[in-house]
Amino acid sequence: MKKQIVTLLVAGLAAVSGATVAAADPVKVGIAAEPYPPFTVPDAAGNWSGWEIDFMNAVCAQAKLDCVLTPVAWDGIIPALTSGKIDMIIASMSVTPERKQVIDFTDGYYRSKAVVIGLKDMTFDATPAALADKILGVQVGTIHQAYAQKHFAPEGTTLREYQTQDEANADLAAGRVDAVQADEITLRDFLASEAGQACCDLKGVVESDPEIMAEDAGIGLRKEDTELKDKLNAAIKAIRENGTYAAFNAKYFDFDIY
Amino acid sequence: MSAPSPLRGWLRPHRLVMLALALGIVLWAVLAGDWAWLPKYTPLLLKGLGTTLAILAESVILGAAVALPIGLVQVTGPRWLSAPAQLFCTVIRGTPLLLQLWLLYYGIGSLFPMIPGIRGSFLWPYLREAWPYGLAALTISFAAYEGEVMRGAFAGVPRGELQAGRAFGMSPLKLFWRIWLPRALYRALPTLNGEMVLQLKSTPLVATITVVDLYGVISRVRSATLLTYEPLLLLALIYLILTALMVAIFRFFENRLPTRGA
Amino acid sequence: MDQTFWQLLALAPPGWGGVLLTGLAHSLEIAVGGYLLGLILGVGGAVGKLYGNEIVRDLMETYTIVVRAVPELVLILLLYYAGTDALNRLMAALGRSPVDISGLAAGIFVIGVVQGAYATEVIRGAIKAIPAGEIEAGRAYGMPGGLLLRRVTLPAMLPHALPGLANLWLIATKDTALLAVVGFSELTLVTRQAAGATKHYMLFFLAAGALYLALTLVSNIAIARIEKWARRGMPQVHA
Repeated sequence: MKKQIVTLLVAGLAAVSGATVAAADPVKVGIAAEPYPPFTVPDAAGNWSGWEIDFMNAVCAQAKLDCVLTPVAWDGIIPALTSGKIDMIIASMSVTPERKQVIDFTDGYYRSKAVVIGLKDMTFDATPAALADKILGVQVGTIHQAYAQKHFAPEGTTLREYQTQDEANADLAAGRVDAVQADEITLRDFLASEAGQACCDLKGVVESDPEIMAEDAGIGLRKEDTELKDKLNAAIKAIRENGTYAAFNAKYFDFDIY
Repeated sequence: MSAPSPLRGWLRPHRLVMLALALGIVLWAVLAGDWAWLPKYTPLLLKGLGTTLAILAESVILGAAVALPIGLVQVTGPRWLSAPAQLFCTVIRGTPLLLQLWLLYYGIGSLFPMIPGIRGSFLWPYLREAWPYGLAALTISFAAYEGEVMRGAFAGVPRGELQAGRAFGMSPLKLFWRIWLPRALYRALPTLNGEMVLQLKSTPLVATITVVDLYGVISRVRSATLLTYEPLLLLALIYLILTALMVAIFRFFENRLPTRGA
Repeated sequence: MDQTFWQLLALAPPGWGGVLLTGLAHSLEIAVGGYLLGLILGVGGAVGKLYGNEIVRDLMETYTIVVRAVPELVLILLLYYAGTDALNRLMAALGRSPVDISGLAAGIFVIGVVQGAYATEVIRGAIKAIPAGEIEAGRAYGMPGGLLLRRVTLPAMLPHALPGLANLWLIATKDTALLAVVGFSELTLVTRQAAGATKHYMLFFLAAGALYLALTLVSNIAIARIEKWARRGMPQVHA
């Protein structure tokens, strides 16, 4: 009888996972399951669009990979990669020395500076002294969290850590935080939005710290997938050269973000 | 577990083997894992533990205080009181706490820019913080679940006891304070332990609205060290110990209460 | 503010209603799958606890204690990442290629493991509530263990277990919301995305709340019917 139960259990599990045991052919591309305009934006049809989705399609087409979009939580995106839930990360992830100890990256595919934006009715800049008495919102698990932790928190800045960038922006618009630090391109997109125009303006670019920060965003890969890395690097280079990159880039920006 | 001597129960051979295995797993986790971050984060972890316990205690006390009238009016109140109380319990118990929490925090937050002068009000320092929303959501949730328990407890007090009180000429108020409430509390008490364990297990949700509780500290460790398992395993262990302590404390007090006639 | 609330909730784009309903369908898939897996684990666990030898009993006890003491959120994170990792390492050790675990399967697995611990206790209590004579009568007829379980123990314990199991179903539907934290596109996460993309936080969270509530209310009606059916022929009890 015990055997029956075990058989039943195994059968149940197999039925559940059976449908999903597929050939290792499709490559699962992890993106952060949150609105991160203009890079990844969910739409009302249940699809994702944005600069990074176009980039993914271009790279995958170039490298002849069968890519499947797989949204996962940002704060678990590296465990998702290392545990095999996804095969690569295309989520505006900066290539930092810290992350390189755990995963590997392709060459960078776009660059963005780290900036601080804040409430309009306050005047300050992006220096530790000016932010000392402010409440600063950052997204958990980003270079900005690490940077603020290292440079601002010791001076007295209160840090609020959000699971998504969108929520940090929402709380800035609500006035719950005084400032937000993140990548320039996404924050400029927010400042141009209705809510952003009403509440906030750009306060300044933070001083760089190469130890924990990087301007390059690269595709995250498992360390052992060197073959995939070479393929992707070649593809990035190719779409830069054949004009594909410039074509979709022009849909979003009037300058080259590479 | 009801062996004559608890110690002897633990010393049976297969349990010794299992204990040794468990210790072995712990030892393996300690030796094979990366725990270098632990000393640096210990003060923060203690602070997070304090936040978790504070929000648990506050929400349980406030929630129980709200649960009493909610349970009572459903048993004895007029319809205009019992109907909303019932609706409250149904709605809160019928929707996920995580959703309620996000509705309270981000939903209300999204309304702020439309309210002029709110940043000048005396409430603003509290409205800016995250913990009042976390506390509110946990309190509401506890009130709804415990309110349902209290409803059953009030309804379950034997009629004879209430009639005896009336026969003594007690006023309705006195009857409530002297007989109905104490007897109902007595009936509800055994469920309190379970409800509190469930409440403790709900507290980590507040980390999703930026309250830095135990879970929040661990999620900071996870993002800083890029470790997957070690911080989560430690977290699970801490909650296991907290639950065990809570159960032990309740058992201690339960043994001191007379149980006759419950 | 250029779109009315109803336009935002419309089923076809640019309304987000369709996305919410798809999310609800995913939540339901996981709730049903997790609940069934939990039932299987629960029957196994209860039988193991009641009739197993000492080692089985202690193992089951450890399982139920640990799962019921650790927050679901933590368990989901641990099982979600560690579960796949462990399975793939096992496959590698057996010399087989890694299995591709979908988010759905992983979600069903974690909800099922959590549900199983509670179901074990519910079913164990229900089996203990069966009059001993009924099981003895079955034995006296020479029924083997499996037949006894299928023909006597499980049907007889059902009325006792139903209230607890019904409650577990309601918990399962709500626990699926926790999968939002690992990025699975169930109702709560798609709601959060819709709210973030449109900035109508209040509207979408309220809409999702209404969907969850409707699910609970419909479940309650179904549960009442099932309980009536399972109790047929039994004396009426007044609580």
